[in-house]
Amino acid sequence: MIKDEEKPKVALADPSRSDGMQRYLASHAREIPPSGIRRFFDLVSASKDKDIITLGVGEPDFVTPWRVRDAAVYSLEKGKTQYSPNAGMLELREAIGQYLYNQFNLTYDPGKEMVVTVGGSEGIDLALRALIEPGDEILVPEPCYISYSPITSLSGGVAVGIETFAEDEFKLTPESLRAAITPKSKILVLCYPSNPTGAIMTYEEMLPIAKIVEEHDLIVISDEIYAELTFNGKHASFASLPGMKDRTILVSGFSKAFAMTGWRMGYACGHPDLISAMLKIHQYTIMCAPTMGQVAALEALTKGGLEEKDRMMESYNQRRRLVVQGFRDMGLDCHEPQGAFYAFPSIRSTGLTSEQFAEKLLLEGKVAAVPGHVFGKGGEGFLRCCYATSVAQLTEAMERINLFLRSLE
Amino acid sequence: MNELKLSILDLLKEDARLSAATIATMLGATEEEVSAAIAEMEQDHVIVKYATVVNWSKVDDEKVTALIEVECTPERGRGFENIAERIYLYPEVKSVYLMSGAFDLLVEIEGKNLKEVASFVSNKLSTIESVISTKTFFILKKYKQDGIIFEEFEDDHRLLVSP
Repeated sequence: MIKDEEKPKVALADPSRSDGMQRYLASHAREIPPSGIRRFFDLVSASKDKDIITLGVGEPDFVTPWRVRDAAVYSLEKGKTQYSPNAGMLELREAIGQYLYNQFNLTYDPGKEMVVTVGGSEGIDLALRALIEPGDEILVPEPCYISYSPITSLSGGVAVGIETFAEDEFKLTPESLRAAITPKSKILVLCYPSNPTGAIMTYEEMLPIAKIVEEHDLIVISDEIYAELTFNGKHASFASLPGMKDRTILVSGFSKAFAMTGWRMGYACGHPDLISAMLKIHQYTIMCAPTMGQVAALEALTKGGLEEKDRMMESYNQRRRLVVQGFRDMGLDCHEPQGAFYAFPSIRSTGLTSEQFAEKLLLEGKVAAVPGHVFGKGGEGFLRCCYATSVAQLTEAMERINLFLRSLE
Repeated sequence: MNELKLSILDLLKEDARLSAATIATMLGATEEEVSAAIAEMEQDHVIVKYATVVNWSKVDDEKVTALIEVECTPERGRGFENIAERIYLYPEVKSVYLMSGAFDLLVEIEGKNLKEVASFVSNKLSTIESVISTKTFFILKKYKQDGIIFEEFEDDHRLLVSP
């Protein structure tokens, strides 16, 4: 952190500056709505209260395993600071291919069907930009991760939210998918295990979805960044369903499973026709993912790296049980999250909107959690609570939320 | 040992103050099962005691710790058992291990100061009949002990809210 007196004066706001620059902005950039998460982040940061416990994060509380960090440090010492091939180091792509086969029974050709990206986020961006024509409709089950809709509108597409419900454990139902399809529908975005709901979809539950995808000639972008975080049985990839491999762009990465959020390491896999188009955009915009990050990712996929991942998963599972039980004990409805590291309790019984609840909880209860409405349709009335934090902090947070609820009565 | 017991040990090893009810919730077991398993492990001396890990360098009356390599002659029929016992019964002795390699016993000793440790080694340890030689190594700084890192980290660098 730079001390105030050391900050360069030129970087401070200059009152003489004219306000007229907005007119140069492209309408698609100007019209992106500001992120609701960002608004809440500003609110939390502004409070400057050191005593606040945050359940508002979207990342693991583990630091990247030392062996992974060490591999990256070593590569820097050896001077591996050059560009890698556009699609990423072949060794890494091969390791990803092997990993996807071992874990999820997926077979991708590291040569033609894979691109290493700057986080899963870039994979989502590449996929949407490679596919969307202006006017195309992109179907997005909500509540969901916040970036699909803004990126869609950057390409002139129209994101169509499909509301999912706690009664269905926030799974996408075939009926609601059918109801949302129009002749303009082109892409279905799936994000299971889900941020923010913790919902998953099993192989059997996805079969009827796959049938509709085929019937309506849709293409699927399957964001499986939380694939490693499932708590009752292994994750099933949408790409592993019969006939779906070619219709699916699989997007994933190292952030959540290997506690590597800051490294920005992800990848996308799919049909060579699609991947080669995505690779073109990637090479003109990014060139290649950072080389030291790729070295680290390669280390994460070794035996030792995978063992550390399993240890972290077990710890999330323990804390998941603790938090879900905690919410239920204080009288909040909380469906059981089957994946990711979020609990998504309903706060409807309090009569407050999720925004009011989250603000009051922050200021009076000293706990930060993200109001559900920022995640789109169906999120109102819920609160996203990340349980990737220490047991002591979680226990304290649960006590504070409980006290806060009692104060509302 | 069954899986439940192993999971309980994993949790208690990190935080011995977790209640049986909390452990039960975390492991998806009932409180009765967890309490029974803990009682059984206490009975069997699997759980020996619930102690506190102290970073003594932060306490004013600092202690001196030394590791001592002890070479000794084993006794017929008893091996090193008698000698080890004669050593570990001293309260100054914190741990005793039988080692493979160039020496036989590794003894950890704690004392108020250098003099106290030195006097223990020369008066008590070296004078045991079967002890042939000792080499004393004073510990200057403890970085990590029993899996716990003593260095203080600024532990959470995460943004307060992120997508």
